[in-house]
Amino acid sequence: MRVLVAMSGGVDSSVAAALCVEQGHEVVGATMKLWGGDSDSGCCSVSDVIDARRVADHLGIDHHVFNFTEDFDRSVIGHYARAHAQGRTPNPCVECNRHLKFGLFLERALRLGFDVVATGHHARVEIDGMTNQVSLRRGADAAKDQSYVLSVLTARELSKILLPIGSLTKDEVRARAAALGLRTAVKPDSQDVCFVSSRDREHNRRAFLQERIVLHPGDVVDHASGRNLGAIDAIELLTVGQRRGLKPSGDGTPRYVLRVDLRSAQVIVGSLEDLLVEDVVLTERTWVDDPVPLGTLSLVQTSAHGRPREARITREGISFLKPERVVAPGQVVACYRGDVVLGSGIAC
Amino acid sequence: MISGTKTPRAYLDNAATTPMSDEAIRAMAPFWSEQFANPSSSHAQARAARRALDDARDDLAETLGCHPEEIVFTSGGTEADNLAIFGVARAHPGEVLVSSIEHSAVLEPAREVGARFIPVSRDGAIDLQALDALLGPSTSLVSVMTVNNEIGVIEPIDAVVEHVRDNAPDALVHTDAVQAVAWFDLADLASSCDLISVSAHKFGGPKGVGALIVRERARALISATHVGGGQERGLRAGTENVAGIVATACAARHCKELRVEAGKNTGALRDELVDGLMAAYPGAFECAPRERRVAGSAHLVFPGIQAEEMLIALDQCGVSCSAGSACASGALEPSHVLIALGYSPAIARSAVRFSLAASTTQGEIDLALSVVPKVLAGLSAPLEMGD
Repeated sequence: MRVLVAMSGGVDSSVAAALCVEQGHEVVGATMKLWGGDSDSGCCSVSDVIDARRVADHLGIDHHVFNFTEDFDRSVIGHYARAHAQGRTPNPCVECNRHLKFGLFLERALRLGFDVVATGHHARVEIDGMTNQVSLRRGADAAKDQSYVLSVLTARELSKILLPIGSLTKDEVRARAAALGLRTAVKPDSQDVCFVSSRDREHNRRAFLQERIVLHPGDVVDHASGRNLGAIDAIELLTVGQRRGLKPSGDGTPRYVLRVDLRSAQVIVGSLEDLLVEDVVLTERTWVDDPVPLGTLSLVQTSAHGRPREARITREGISFLKPERVVAPGQVVACYRGDVVLGSGIAC
Repeated sequence: MISGTKTPRAYLDNAATTPMSDEAIRAMAPFWSEQFANPSSSHAQARAARRALDDARDDLAETLGCHPEEIVFTSGGTEADNLAIFGVARAHPGEVLVSSIEHSAVLEPAREVGARFIPVSRDGAIDLQALDALLGPSTSLVSVMTVNNEIGVIEPIDAVVEHVRDNAPDALVHTDAVQAVAWFDLADLASSCDLISVSAHKFGGPKGVGALIVRERARALISATHVGGGQERGLRAGTENVAGIVATACAARHCKELRVEAGKNTGALRDELVDGLMAAYPGAFECAPRERRVAGSAHLVFPGIQAEEMLIALDQCGVSCSAGSACASGALEPSHVLIALGYSPAIARSAVRFSLAASTTQGEIDLALSVVPKVLAGLSAPLEMGD
């Protein structure tokens, strides 16, 4: 096959490219330039592009750079800022996978005559030899599994994707890189939100959003008593379920954000019990394959490295078997059967 | 199929760099080996190197139509442009005006000295009325390129000089002639402009050598940006690149000898290529009329095509060409030249530059004409993803 490997300059995609070459495919590498701003992240800097290019040279494959900065700005940064302005909690990595890696990048690959794209995600795509059914499974390394951020993809895209390192642990990936003499073998893992510097993340997130949206002051209001507990300077920076930055109540029990009401500029807070829900309403629902029947028992994951919880598929979304902490609006909810992704949706 | 080293290739990226002429390669060879001495030393070996350097300077001056002592050798066109802008800003302070379609080697220093930008018309010609409005007693330097590196348009430098002399008699005129040397005699420019930048690798010479021609009138109004051992009459310190300078003079002479004939042949090949591609892709257009562009310029806009994608597809099929300019990471930026001409960012991302040289062959044009239409058809076809 002709394979275009998305090479970020990190160790995972370096080894993904190496494995594609080993498997005898006709391989070309490409690095997406996504972000032009300041960030110390492991993404899109000139040195990352050089790492990717030098790994490609080492493997004897061609390497290109795709300038997707404007698209990234529109589809990922714009979405991230807008979600915050609406009091929601976005998943920029999911949007990047959906619109960039498995959107524009995949489309460009197909237009250029490639059969598939490969990435260095820790997840597995499997195609049933008999039925041709495509499935997405968790990666072999549970701690590094990235199936959550790929859960918005469907068989249409998945059938064009290779995830060569999904069956390896991170240690095995690094060992392969070292054995091959790749310069990225000991490079640190990249961070989650590549465009907001991880050094002093909270400060940088505020600075980043301040340039793009108006941050509003608001009141912190107790859910039970309706009492005003004080002022907060930027309600858009809060996430439902957040505890950090909130004063505990008089008896010392921690307080959590239950709801952010932008119209009244109020942050409603309460106890952990107040946070518990059973039903989660989802929009933008996707299924990897055919929709699963209502009532299907599923394991549900609501953040990139969150613990899966049992829930049933409902008409509106999902229903936890026992009450769980509410899912922040805007978060992706991924549904699994065992370690196979069934589909996803966005919490309302 | 991918690396393309085995398939025949068409090299149509001569505005980026040209292959060195055999004469130039041969001319420089001795200075890497037996004639390696530093021309500034005072022994016999050094004198041989000094002699070669002086001969090359005389030779190049004759070819370019200036005096030998007016040539300041640099590490290339970029350094020559930097020396012109920063050097004049230091010694002759005042307002700097540069055209909005200059190469970044002029634009970036210009931004640093707080220059103002002269607009261009939709077809790339400098707006002389706007220039008049910008010129004034405080103008110290005006920089307008002779030939634009992307769209190949030839600027009316004589008219620019005339307007500057009339409206700002104290101002110097610089022209970046990096893309011009291969196509026409610089003698006219040299007689009117005060400062002229050239770059050897654009006319069959080696990379890493360029020159700023500093006319006598400008000599007192420019100061060095590299200081040290006082080489190049104090305007550019650093041990001279003897081999490169010898090859540059040789390449310039060779280029001049072939220029008229080559220009005609190259122009005919360019016309064949452009006409063929415009016929193959309805909607394709040129930004400036061909009669106002150099013979090697085949710059085309293919609306609906992403140039970045097209370059990769063409590369895979054995055609080397360019689009816009690349940033530090190698990513392609939408052309600032097309934006300055008034085109949308989408159009600025759809422009591809094929550039020919005297060394371009009919075979290369034939290959391009067989490959490019297929690539255009493939990239503009609706995408079938299917399962």
